[in-house]
Amino acid sequence: MGQNTGSMLPPEFSDLEPFAAKWCLATESERFAERLASTMDEMQAFYDAVTPRADAAMTYCDQFPLDAMPEDATNLLHLLYSMIAVSFPVECWGQPRVPDSGAAYLELLSEPGP
Amino acid sequence: MARWPKPEEGSWTEHFQLGTEPISYEDSISPEFYELEREAVFKRTWLNVGRVEQLPRTGSYFTKELVVARTSVIVVRDKEGGVRAFHNVCRHRGNKLVWNDYPQEETSGVCRQFVCKYHGWRYDLDGSLNFVQQEQEFFDLDKESFGLVPVHCEVWAGFIFVNLAKEPEQNLRDYLTPELARLESYPFEKLTERWYYRAEVKSNWKIYMDAFQEFYHAPVLHAKQTPPDWSMAAQQAGFEAPAYTLAGPHRLVSTAGIHPWTLPENMLKPMEILTRSGLFGQWDAPDLDYDQKAAGINPAGCDPWGLDSWQLFPNFTILVWGQSWYLTYHYWPTSHNTHIFEGTLYFVPATTARERVAHELAAASFKEYGLQDANTLEATQSMLESRVLERFPLNDQEVLCRHLHKVTADWVDEYKKQREHAEV
Repeated sequence: MGQNTGSMLPPEFSDLEPFAAKWCLATESERFAERLASTMDEMQAFYDAVTPRADAAMTYCDQFPLDAMPEDATNLLHLLYSMIAVSFPVECWGQPRVPDSGAAYLELLSEPGP
Repeated sequence: MARWPKPEEGSWTEHFQLGTEPISYEDSISPEFYELEREAVFKRTWLNVGRVEQLPRTGSYFTKELVVARTSVIVVRDKEGGVRAFHNVCRHRGNKLVWNDYPQEETSGVCRQFVCKYHGWRYDLDGSLNFVQQEQEFFDLDKESFGLVPVHCEVWAGFIFVNLAKEPEQNLRDYLTPELARLESYPFEKLTERWYYRAEVKSNWKIYMDAFQEFYHAPVLHAKQTPPDWSMAAQQAGFEAPAYTLAGPHRLVSTAGIHPWTLPENMLKPMEILTRSGLFGQWDAPDLDYDQKAAGINPAGCDPWGLDSWQLFPNFTILVWGQSWYLTYHYWPTSHNTHIFEGTLYFVPATTARERVAHELAAASFKEYGLQDANTLEATQSMLESRVLERFPLNDQEVLCRHLHKVTADWVDEYKKQREHAEV
């Protein structure tokens, strides 16, 4: 937990706290499902808030060894992964799904941490 | 005007003497052909089932379901450090030996011996039967002759292959050919950060192989994944590979690359600039310190070089990227018009959050492109099965598709001849 009671992210990134509960997700399959379940307005708002802070967030996380990150920094890293997940709808598709992808799926069964 | 020189015959297709006529896809829609393919191809060739990193210590094992050959195999690290494979069946009453919860699902783990769930027969890591419950109740049971049924298993460049033939016609190295086998000097062992994707696809396995062994489709099918300026330039230019190579039943396409960081911003997506990554991989690539020439990589000597994609007959692809990572594809047939697709990405393990984020965009981009590729397969399969059309024109950038279908037909023909010969 961060220093602020009930917060998920490091205090320096409290401006992103409103997005944390929805987007701090540990696995790709959770992030992909959240993307499909979200509206374009929700994803655009998240994208607009997180992208200007992404470089600072990576610099913050890089203070710690990747295999020993505090929980709030790990949450911040997961938020960056979610930023990547929503970037495809926001930058390319204008919709949550890949166009014409219908019944196709690709399940990620094994992924590296953290 | 070609950007890359073609062989003196005027085309790759003519150079390889593959014929230029339109081809049939009957081999991808016929249940009868599939039955032949199972015997002629999948029970006689070397099949890649994984990598040595999946077996880190003594007793590490995984199972592989080979539906196409109606079997399941156990692959295990033995006490001497070697890799062995066995049919996954107990010698007592034929129960599948290693499985959890669902008999048809693959599993992995570490054990000291294999114990059958049914009556408790135990097998050592070398396959020998070492315990029979109530042995005295049996009649003249010679434990020595009831070991697990071995499957031919050989390792090349850390890739584990099995061959289901009683006696393989070639050892793995000869099967791979010298041209391809030299790829072993690529430092696969350094790229151990693994991302494993899986999907069931409603098409014949060769239809998906075809989708990834030509890049003629790339500027069109994937146009919207890139900014309009990039897509327009890509479509106007079209795709040309600087080099194709055939090596026995195997085949290579090599491509020229780009250095994204040298491009103007209107050619890139904001996320690529932000994370210094993309479909082609991390921009800040680790130095893998290997000899490209010795590994036979980038045969046209492109600078920048894009990727080399080796299609190993029958169903395995190793694709090495210029940006210091690689991926593999497996296409496991489950019927004449369905298969399991596996895509596995391998990076040098990230040591910083910034590197890990770069890998995340590369992997996410892989999936995004893969979903576009996958859905055309069902659309293609269903209309091939309509049999409205019987012949399909392939261009010179689709030369490897032509080769796969020819090689498959050759193996099936040879098998039929052998079978007829045996019957006489």
